[in-house]
Amino acid sequence: MVRFDRVGRRFGSVAAVDDLSLDIAANEFVALLGPSGCGKTTLLRMLAGFETPDTGRVLLDGKDISAVPPYRRPVNMMFQSYALFPHLTVAGNIAFGLKREGLPRGEIETRVAEMLALARLTGLGERKPDQLSGGQRQRVALARSLAKRPRVLLLDEPMAALDRKLREETQFELMELRRRLGLTFVIVTHDQEEAMVMADRIALMDKGRIVQTGAPAEIYERPRTRWAAQFIGDINIIEGRVAADGSGVATDALGLLRAPVPAGLKPGDAVVLAVRPEKIALATSGDNNVAGTVSEVGYRGDKSLYKVAVAGGLSMKAAVANAVRAGGPAMGLNDRVTLSWPADAGLVLPP
Amino acid sequence: MTRRFSSFNMVSLTLGLAFLYLPIAILIIYSFNASRLVTVWGGWSLRWYAALLEDSAMLAAAWTTLRIALMSATAATVLGTMAALALTGRRRFHGRTLFAGMVYAPLVMPEVITGLSLLLLFVALDVDRGFWTVTIAHTTLTMCFVTVVVQSRLATFDRSLTEAAQDLGATPGRTFFLVTLPLIFPAIAAGWMLAFTLSIDDLVIASFTTGPGATTLPIRIYSEVRLGVKPEINAICTLMIATVAVGLTVVSLIGKRNAARRQRAAGAPL
Repeated sequence: MVRFDRVGRRFGSVAAVDDLSLDIAANEFVALLGPSGCGKTTLLRMLAGFETPDTGRVLLDGKDISAVPPYRRPVNMMFQSYALFPHLTVAGNIAFGLKREGLPRGEIETRVAEMLALARLTGLGERKPDQLSGGQRQRVALARSLAKRPRVLLLDEPMAALDRKLREETQFELMELRRRLGLTFVIVTHDQEEAMVMADRIALMDKGRIVQTGAPAEIYERPRTRWAAQFIGDINIIEGRVAADGSGVATDALGLLRAPVPAGLKPGDAVVLAVRPEKIALATSGDNNVAGTVSEVGYRGDKSLYKVAVAGGLSMKAAVANAVRAGGPAMGLNDRVTLSWPADAGLVLPP
Repeated sequence: MTRRFSSFNMVSLTLGLAFLYLPIAILIIYSFNASRLVTVWGGWSLRWYAALLEDSAMLAAAWTTLRIALMSATAATVLGTMAALALTGRRRFHGRTLFAGMVYAPLVMPEVITGLSLLLLFVALDVDRGFWTVTIAHTTLTMCFVTVVVQSRLATFDRSLTEAAQDLGATPGRTFFLVTLPLIFPAIAAGWMLAFTLSIDDLVIASFTTGPGATTLPIRIYSEVRLGVKPEINAICTLMIATVAVGLTVVSLIGKRNAARRQRAAGAPL
């Protein structure tokens, strides 16, 4: 439904978006995820109409909308700062877009009431934005952007200003809303947890390009580059070469570590082995066993994070779920442990 | 920790305020003097205010001044706001820094020079000097003050508000009238008041650019005082002070209320 066709946008000498293509299907929830300055907001603003691509085209339903001004696009955006009009009431804010459409008065009133109910703001319609809490303002911004029933709803860091608890609640609310309304959502976020919880598909961006797109689980479990693996979640990276027999990665410090080697790599190629901390157990039963000493313990309640010093001056992290009630982490500082993980837990990536 | 108000501060404050307001206080008090002699106190009276109502030349000058102030302040507000919008717009244009600097020039330019150059311009254009030339001159003088006031408000204006309006289907023109204008209106009003008061009390530029039949109040007062101070002058000056004081109080109250509102909006609990 939305297609970015080789779009590019430069600010001075910096390419904010660089020859990027992306398709977004109808009713899809896509998250643009990346570090700050990766171009994700510029991409979103191109879809809203606030930025014009220097090269390439933005298509909506097959029509080129690159030159269409924002006020003629069937796309609405929820701003990071919410951008509520301070001189209008909550109802006035929600009605703003409907009035511009020239809808009859009765229709506007019905829709505003509908939106207030949807955003759980009933009874607050006559308040001014500065009389609302942060969470309420966020819901007004959402209601306002939904009031015109846009084809695509754009969310620019919608939860950046909310505290953790409220953020989680709002995430689930948004997901439910989306199921009910059947809209296409594009969200920009630097919060990977937010992207993984809500999105059907994540477009991971860096330096104006898309590094990888895929379902959250795919991005997490099958990152295609070292950068992607390190950006999402926590991961151990061990440098080495493809083993002579192709059964894993040969490392200087830790010997042969078994892992599935993708086709196309020859023995001796420089690679890195990437293993997520939660895939590593403190036991000696896996395909790969590495001995070490606990150098740091982080107790997080639901799990404990161990930093383990292993041979060759390397350090590896293991996350262990605290499944049984106990007085604290199972291992202490300077305990000798063996880290083990199955061969298929490891990812062999280009260095 | 609050520091005590030291006696040194107290003395300097008293001296400073006395220096500023003593002459004005004397003028106001003597405007209620019953005696014809300006320097002799003859008891309280309103007779000079009554005499003022008889002085048709003075009243005509006051009316001229008021009309010039209203017109030039309005014109200066429109032009000054437009300049401020152009100078703070998102789209930069060539020479913007130069123009921004040039807007400030009339603020520091000696009024004699502004007055003289306008006079030369009007003479060169062969324009009959009078009401309109003073109005134009005051517009040029006060426009930059409006620009500075409006510009400082626009500097803190959240651009995402205008973007949100456009996103919701408002054309750039409607966005201006529905969102930008209502939000910067207090600054525009303050700019207008400033231009209005500046125009009312200007003597220098008005004397350069005026002509027959367009005597403003300050010119009239100045020419009368040269022949000796009459008690009516004290009365008219007291009225002018009252007008300006009311204007400035309104401006500062508007400014304070808006600052408080903005602070509340920014600092509201999340």
